[in-house]
Amino acid sequence: MQLDIKSAAAADAGHASIGDVAQLQEQTVWGRLIASQAFWVTIALAVLYTYMAYQEPAFRSSANLSNMTRNFAPFAIMALGMTVVIITGGIDLSIGSVVGLVVIVAGLFLTWHYPWYVAFAFGMLAGLTCGAINGYLIAYVGMSSFVVTLGMLSIARSLAVVFSGNQMLYQFGPDAPIVKAIGQAKWPLQAPAGWAPEWMPQLSSHFWAMVLMALLLGYVLNFKPIGRHLYSIGGNEQAARLTGVPVDRIKFLAFVFSSFTTSVAALLLLGYQGSAINAMGQSYELRVIAGTIIGGTVLAGGYGTAFGAVVGSALLEVIRNALLMAGVDSNWQGAFVGSFIILAVLLGMQSGGKPLIAAWIEKILPKRQR
Amino acid sequence: MPLLDVRNVAKNFGAIQAIVDMSFSVEPGEVVGLMGDNGAGKSTIVKLIAGNFPPSEGEITVDGEVCHFHRPIEARAKGIEVVYQDLALADNLTAAENVFLGRELRRGTWPFDQLDKQAMIDRSAELFAELKSETRPRDLVKKMSGGQRQAVAIARTRLSNAKLVLMDEPTAAISVRQVAEVLELIRRMRAQGVAVMLISHRMPDVFAVSDRIIVMRRGSKVADKHTAKTSPEEITGLITGAIRAA
Repeated sequence: MQLDIKSAAAADAGHASIGDVAQLQEQTVWGRLIASQAFWVTIALAVLYTYMAYQEPAFRSSANLSNMTRNFAPFAIMALGMTVVIITGGIDLSIGSVVGLVVIVAGLFLTWHYPWYVAFAFGMLAGLTCGAINGYLIAYVGMSSFVVTLGMLSIARSLAVVFSGNQMLYQFGPDAPIVKAIGQAKWPLQAPAGWAPEWMPQLSSHFWAMVLMALLLGYVLNFKPIGRHLYSIGGNEQAARLTGVPVDRIKFLAFVFSSFTTSVAALLLLGYQGSAINAMGQSYELRVIAGTIIGGTVLAGGYGTAFGAVVGSALLEVIRNALLMAGVDSNWQGAFVGSFIILAVLLGMQSGGKPLIAAWIEKILPKRQR
Repeated sequence: MPLLDVRNVAKNFGAIQAIVDMSFSVEPGEVVGLMGDNGAGKSTIVKLIAGNFPPSEGEITVDGEVCHFHRPIEARAKGIEVVYQDLALADNLTAAENVFLGRELRRGTWPFDQLDKQAMIDRSAELFAELKSETRPRDLVKKMSGGQRQAVAIARTRLSNAKLVLMDEPTAAISVRQVAEVLELIRRMRAQGVAVMLISHRMPDVFAVSDRIIVMRRGSKVADKHTAKTSPEEITGLITGAIRAA
């Protein structure tokens, strides 16, 4: 009550700033951290990792770390693209099939003995074409992203099967060693080939590609006008349109970007495996969407970070790996991963303008002056 | 020369005749109240002037130049800004981000140009201070009161030094004190030579600030009177149709 009088007096004086009179402070760095789901997922990741490292020496070995970072990196790369699409309020279900199409197209050019860069360029082109078709139909024609990308999921997989003649492609011609080197490269290397001590994981090219792309995307989302526009479209598309944000072009680009990250991941996987089959990438879209959502991207649009995409994907891989290490039947993986998705979204739910978890903390530790 | 001149404008959506025949003008620095019952065609007129769609017949001139806007951004280039009834704000962004949405300040040269966040926050803070609004640039719009949202929407029009600001029900959902603030802001805009078209149902607000009141009924103008020479009773009669025309 006293506060009301004070603030009314301040308004009469006309010069007191709101910070002087209102009980609310502007969001602090700590407050924003607590409110972010990516932060809690990072903590969950750290706890799970520490626990497993303590329980199971094989888990914390540098070989297993190399393994895990390589395993989740392609998913995290795809999750970066997915994050951008979901921020605008869309969804891209086609990425798993696009992986299949990209590896088959690139694989075909390799079996025809084209240089690796030509093969990669055509693979990338095939992927970007899928993204451009998705983006055009969704942004300019105004179709629902769920329907369009569901259709593309079917089309791209079918094309991959047709192009490959339902054969596995593995005779990659003279550039096969280069393709393999790209997919299997590691840095830093351990002795005898390199300088790294034994405890240091040898991080894969997949991992480094992920780091580079995540940093770039993080920069764009935070510091570039187009990043701001992406969030505004997810928040209120009509408002963005009225204020002159080029909504259609940005939505188009979001889907092209998603197909770009998917193509990059696909080419890395092609290099790693040294062969291409048309079934590659099947059901990847679900794992990628799961990682994205766990990392704090809201399916309704408007919220999401590059860091969240990486951390969410990493958490899924650590759970998967930990279950294997703990000797849990691998058929249980789906149940655990699914539970984590539901749990993550539950924790990210808003309760009175705050994330549920922040609301709980306030209940447990009430602030002294209220 | 009038700032805005609407001449014999009609607008139909298929068989529905939203505007039958409207003519009026707005001078620089004039506050014009536009009144009428629901469905009288007020919002359609606003959307025509704001460039959401072109008129079916007639023409709209701004500064003597015939304008046929097809997109809001074209109207904005001519110095026409709109504060929409639903305020058109992105809830997930902060106040400053909303004020500068679509025209962000940048620093550095391409391709290393980036958002100048501090400058945008500082400028928004200035605008909010001018409005004497309890709105802080870094707060999320999602957590704001109706009055604060109004301030954000109004600050946006101040940013571009608009010549004509169309306000669609700006005082409909805010507290009494903030109504006074919004009216005060309208007066301040007039003092700076900005013309305001105030579309409102609230008779006292319109009488408090407007120089002239235009009344619409069923897609036509039925009155265009100086505020000093009319009364709330007469306007009410005109709106409801109890008085045919004046």
